[in-house]
Amino acid sequence: MTDKPHLDEEALAELQDVMDDEFDVLIQTYLADSRTRLDSLWQTLNAGDADGFAKSAHSFKGSCVNIGAPCLGALCMEAEQLGKAGKLEAAPAVVKAIEAEFSEVSARLTTFGDVS
Amino acid sequence: MKVLIAEDSDSDRLILSALVRRLGHDVFEARDGIEAVALYAQLQPDIVLLDALMPRMDGMEAARQIKALAGERLVPLIFLSSLSDASELARCLEAGGDDFLVKPYNRVILEAKINAFNRMRSMHQVLSDQRDQIRRQNESLVEEQELARRVFDNVAHTGCLNADNISYHASPMSVFNGDVLFAADRPGGGTLIFLGDFIGHGLPAAIGAMPVAEIFYGMATKGFGAADILREINRKLCRILPVGMFCCGAMVEADFKIGQLRAWNGGLPDGWLVRANGERVAIPSRHLPLGVQNTEQFSASMTVLPAAPGDQVIIMTDGFPESSNRQGQQFGEAGVRKVLEQLQPGEAPFHALMTRIRQFTDKPEATDDITLCVLTIIHQEQHQAQNDRLTESALAGPVDWHCVYEVREQTLADFNPLPLLLHICMEVPGLRRKSGEVYTLLSELYNNALEHGVLQLPSEWKASPDGFGHYYQERKRRLSQTRGHYIRFSLGHQPTETGGRLQVVCEDSGPGFDFERYFEKVSDTGLPSGPKYAGRGLAMLRRMARQLRVHGCGNHVEIVYDWEAVDGNDRAQPGHNETQRIADD
Repeated sequence: MTDKPHLDEEALAELQDVMDDEFDVLIQTYLADSRTRLDSLWQTLNAGDADGFAKSAHSFKGSCVNIGAPCLGALCMEAEQLGKAGKLEAAPAVVKAIEAEFSEVSARLTTFGDVS
Repeated sequence: MKVLIAEDSDSDRLILSALVRRLGHDVFEARDGIEAVALYAQLQPDIVLLDALMPRMDGMEAARQIKALAGERLVPLIFLSSLSDASELARCLEAGGDDFLVKPYNRVILEAKINAFNRMRSMHQVLSDQRDQIRRQNESLVEEQELARRVFDNVAHTGCLNADNISYHASPMSVFNGDVLFAADRPGGGTLIFLGDFIGHGLPAAIGAMPVAEIFYGMATKGFGAADILREINRKLCRILPVGMFCCGAMVEADFKIGQLRAWNGGLPDGWLVRANGERVAIPSRHLPLGVQNTEQFSASMTVLPAAPGDQVIIMTDGFPESSNRQGQQFGEAGVRKVLEQLQPGEAPFHALMTRIRQFTDKPEATDDITLCVLTIIHQEQHQAQNDRLTESALAGPVDWHCVYEVREQTLADFNPLPLLLHICMEVPGLRRKSGEVYTLLSELYNNALEHGVLQLPSEWKASPDGFGHYYQERKRRLSQTRGHYIRFSLGHQPTETGGRLQVVCEDSGPGFDFERYFEKVSDTGLPSGPKYAGRGLAMLRRMARQLRVHGCGNHVEIVYDWEAVDGNDRAQPGHNETQRIADD
């Protein structure tokens, strides 16, 4: 499941090239965005809103693959599929995994910005 | 290019905007569907990139609204999506999307898609512009045609097409299909109809129609016969039409007085004479169309048929038999023949043909390019009366004069002097109103002098169908032997207190015949059908003329014709206008 890398460094390098001065802004935006998405995942899960849960997971997945966090993206997709299937009972474990992976990704992204 | 990006994820929007901006486009950003629609309405971007899942209004709904706003404009809509199942992607396209772009965004693919859609967009724009241009040109063409038709209608007024005994179908714009239909009353009674079908369409066909209309109406009112008019039309068309363009046509000249129909068909489908008793006679094309042969080769020889009141003459352009049904089959000349064969007693051929063609083509309105005309032969008495309405020329003209005009030798066969003689008489102010009577007087005298005087044709022949044909064959033969013969008209006019007196003397070189007894004998033959031409002719002359005297052996006839001028409203009108003008000053 977590055979994918935490960060796709090649993709990130390309983004750095594209965004130029705005790369840091992008990273900060992504991190802030992701925290909101994570909150939204817990909220919809606690409310038993499977549809809302799937949608939040879907959007989260999109921004993760764009920024170059394939492992987090894969976890989000797993959550999305559970939401779509209405199997929220299995979801808390996945959201916890997402939470853990997200802290990993945030740490690495911060470092990645510093290194480059 | 202006590119609108609608995406609720801030980081995704940042990335995409940066990518698109790098490609050199102007980027406008929206965070949800509502913003996207509003921005679209405000900025009219060239391409829209749209996330499918957005708060407030999702991408599908935004796509529908943007397509509606765009109308005819092509706005490529590209959906943005993280890879999901295929059916979701398909739904994006069903909602009006033109393509989708899958996350993570790939710079190369994005650029390729934007460029491809830009090509499509500009191609669409070129097509739309060209279509609009064609539409504008077509509108102005229709306007021009309508204007041209009004001019044409003034030249080719309907003549007497609206007479009770004429039924016709012609599209209002038929002149631009090359079809023309004219009808005129002959000064001496009877009706003249010309139906023409110019090769080709549009302006060239319409331009050719103008001089034909002028010639037809101009010559018809001056008393020229069908053959003369046909020759003149042919001569004119030969001169003005380019090679390869010509006019198929048919001319019908009906003389109600003597019960005779003269027909000419050059290139049109068979015309038909349907007699009151149901009998049918075809009038097939025996000539080349007008505008093909030069004057020397052109033949205006008319088919002469006896015709009685109730008989109907049908002529049509090839659009009629060539009308096709939904299966692509043509109505055909056989179809026309069948309709006429199946006519019920009392059923009008015009009505039957039009009803059948509508059923056949399955169109409630007959198509534009068919022209059909049916003339019903009526009694001469019915036909008179309407001829007395011509306005008088305000110019003064000759009232007291005398002239002698003699036609001799070969000219007797080649030339009809009646239009010229009528023209001389019509110069008398006020006499134009009587042109019908004067023409009748002149033509009775001339025809008697020519056919019975010079050519010595017995009028009895015309009373039977066989003799009728024989009569005209013999007439033609004898016209080639006019050596030493002449017909001399002495015309004179004097004013009287109330109008004028026209004196006509007609002499011919024939051995003469007993006018009176000759006519009585013919009218006594008592044949059931047949025109009884001579007897009626004399009675009519008697009724119109104040005096009819036959001198010598019958080859010298003298007529005195008194006419009254009318003090009608026509004359009061100018005085009234003048008073009006003074008051205004």
